[in-house]
Amino acid sequence: MDDFLAARLQMAFSLGFHIVFSCIGMVMPFFMCTAHYFWLKRKKAVYLDVTKAWSKGVAIFFATGAVSGTVLSFELGLLWPKFMEHAGPIFGMPFSLEGTAFFIEAIALGFYLYGWNRFHPWFHWFTGVIVGISGLLSGILVVAANAWMNSPSGFDFVNGQYLNIDPMKAMFNEAWFSQALHMCVAAFVSTGFAVAGVHALMILRGKNVNFHRKAFQIAAIFATIAACLQPISGDISAKDVAQRQPAKLAAMEAHFHTEKGAALIIGGIPDTAAQTVKYAVKIPKALSFMATGDFNAEVKGLDQIPKKDQPPVAVVHYAFQIMVGLGMAMLGIAVVYFIALLKKKNWAESKWMLKLFVIATPMGFLALEAGWTVTEVGRQPWIIYGVMRTADAVTPMPGIAYSFYLFTAVYISLAIIVSLLLFRQIKMVDKLYDSSSDKNTR
Amino acid sequence: MVYVVIIFLWTAILLYILLGGADFGAGIIELFTSRANRPRMRKKMYEAIGPVWEANHMWLIIVIVILFVGFPKIYTTVSIYLHIPLVCMLMGIIARGTAFVFRNYDAVKDDMQKIYTPIFVISSMITPFFLGIIAASAVSGQIDLHAQDFVSAYILSWLSWFSVSVGIFTVTICAYLATVFIIGEAENEADRQLFTRKARRTIFIVMAAGGLVFLAAHAEGIPLLRWIFSDVPGIIALIMATISLVITFVLLNRNKPIMLRLLAGFQVTMILFAATYSHFPDIILLKGGDNLSLLTHQGQFRTIETLGYALLIGSIFIIPALVYLIYSFQQKKGTREAH
Repeated sequence: MDDFLAARLQMAFSLGFHIVFSCIGMVMPFFMCTAHYFWLKRKKAVYLDVTKAWSKGVAIFFATGAVSGTVLSFELGLLWPKFMEHAGPIFGMPFSLEGTAFFIEAIALGFYLYGWNRFHPWFHWFTGVIVGISGLLSGILVVAANAWMNSPSGFDFVNGQYLNIDPMKAMFNEAWFSQALHMCVAAFVSTGFAVAGVHALMILRGKNVNFHRKAFQIAAIFATIAACLQPISGDISAKDVAQRQPAKLAAMEAHFHTEKGAALIIGGIPDTAAQTVKYAVKIPKALSFMATGDFNAEVKGLDQIPKKDQPPVAVVHYAFQIMVGLGMAMLGIAVVYFIALLKKKNWAESKWMLKLFVIATPMGFLALEAGWTVTEVGRQPWIIYGVMRTADAVTPMPGIAYSFYLFTAVYISLAIIVSLLLFRQIKMVDKLYDSSSDKNTR
Repeated sequence: MVYVVIIFLWTAILLYILLGGADFGAGIIELFTSRANRPRMRKKMYEAIGPVWEANHMWLIIVIVILFVGFPKIYTTVSIYLHIPLVCMLMGIIARGTAFVFRNYDAVKDDMQKIYTPIFVISSMITPFFLGIIAASAVSGQIDLHAQDFVSAYILSWLSWFSVSVGIFTVTICAYLATVFIIGEAENEADRQLFTRKARRTIFIVMAAGGLVFLAAHAEGIPLLRWIFSDVPGIIALIMATISLVITFVLLNRNKPIMLRLLAGFQVTMILFAATYSHFPDIILLKGGDNLSLLTHQGQFRTIETLGYALLIGSIFIIPALVYLIYSFQQKKGTREAH
């Protein structure tokens, strides 16, 4: 395997895994604190049971996320040393702040996990909230660093030199807000649907129904709210990308020819050589409206971008279709569940509703991975958009393919073991967590 | 401001060695404990490191972030030429972190524990071993920026008797920190005796490994003695470390766990001081006598300035919280034992 390709695949794999671990580690604390809040307010044991079970999940995902994050901080240099040599001093600010946020998260988690019955109940609860907030902050900061790669700012690029560095300006680059918003909401959507789906399955199987019902409700409500907000944030992102990275938008939409009143292309098979998209559904003028808010505005096509600066069209287009398709499916479920909660109480706990959530279990994370594929592959061939090419950043060391095989093997076994561990946690709910199952001894 | 950043860098390295080291050591001495005593040892270890464990990776991440933000040339040189030992160390970190979690959070206690435990123990050795190799390779002039072939650029940059012996020395230091740390956790006389015996034996192993480092340095023509004895602070640090080692040895028989912990921490601090002081501000010594210095290879003014403020502000949040975490768990443990 080509070293450059191996390095890109290794990075993609590492990020792909880290994203799942860290999203769950970032969002689960909010679910946990919600259950904990109900326990403190209503004193129903089932909420305490759910809180404790979820706190185990938080611990597992926090630790795996911390490990995969540590690895990533090294991999940036191991794989892309020339990128880090120049980018490090510019976009390092969010990373140094993230260190603080993550540290606080780790300390708060120490208080929370080992603090049962040791502190004032509300102080203990509050440390859990701190875990969530600092986790979310870490996420925002890391995404701000990624946004800088899409929207480099805070320096002057003169004759290959990076001058007048301003780390604060680099951190608050043009893309940070839209990207961070989209990612945070996505984290709630994907974790919400994944958690709700697992508990829905357990209710359908008739195991510890009361326990799983409470857990399901909390996760499903978070997921529902987030899924309804996501299209708004998606719209902000689309307009932002259209303005800053026309090549990425064109690849997302497989929009080959610059035109006014451009049609939105849904699905289809893009043919780069012939510059056409086969078997696609086209909605007239919709792309112009989505990208600019004006049905007749001109949208730049790939024909305006030099061949050597174009991202791979097919991958980006498919990934975007997958993301939007899954997002819409989850939005649909969310709307139905919302109606159920407000108007039709008997729908909310019905079998078909639970089955819908079971089907949706992996959807959020698939959409999340697809979305990151759009962001990252859509930025190619640049590692710093318009400034440095990815191919120029790769390490001079040969034999990266072996490193890629090694890391892939490690991550795959890690994924298998984490799944096994969660499976065993869920299997043991009856014995370890559900206090009502042993005839209300509490 | 660059000195503020350097102090943070040095302190983060020290804390990683002390706290992370004790943590690695817990796994290492598990390997060298007889099967009969192992469960007792393990239980004490995790009571001691449990709450603080989650924070240990952070020191390493801080080191890395300071390097790539403030001193990118140094970070990238290490990343390119020490790629292989870095990957080995990362494998150790991944394996160890996950095995620890699985050991503690697996809901079902069964034969799977037989898989987690060896992984945890072996990776507890591999990680500090390669950390030692990386540190030794950075300062011993093995990295050759003009190397033409794969072996001399990416293998001989770190594979030498000196690097390997520093790796072994690091492993023994970790074991030493853990044995001294655990004495304070003993709740009965039998445990205390067991842990004290362990600590005394580890001291001899540390001294043997230290001797090995000097031998290897001599064999490979690395002027280790001259580095340490060329300036007064280095000599003083080494003398202090030796004296406190003797005091530790004497105190092992008396029941003074906190004093012992402080002494062990002090020794490691002095060793790190002696090892880094003579080169300062150089941090990477290259083949052919060129050096990468923290002062000449620092980032631009604004970068160092904001990095320094970020670290200062960060520590205002972190230090009180961390101190309160450790304090409250020590406190609560005390009251629990008193009952």
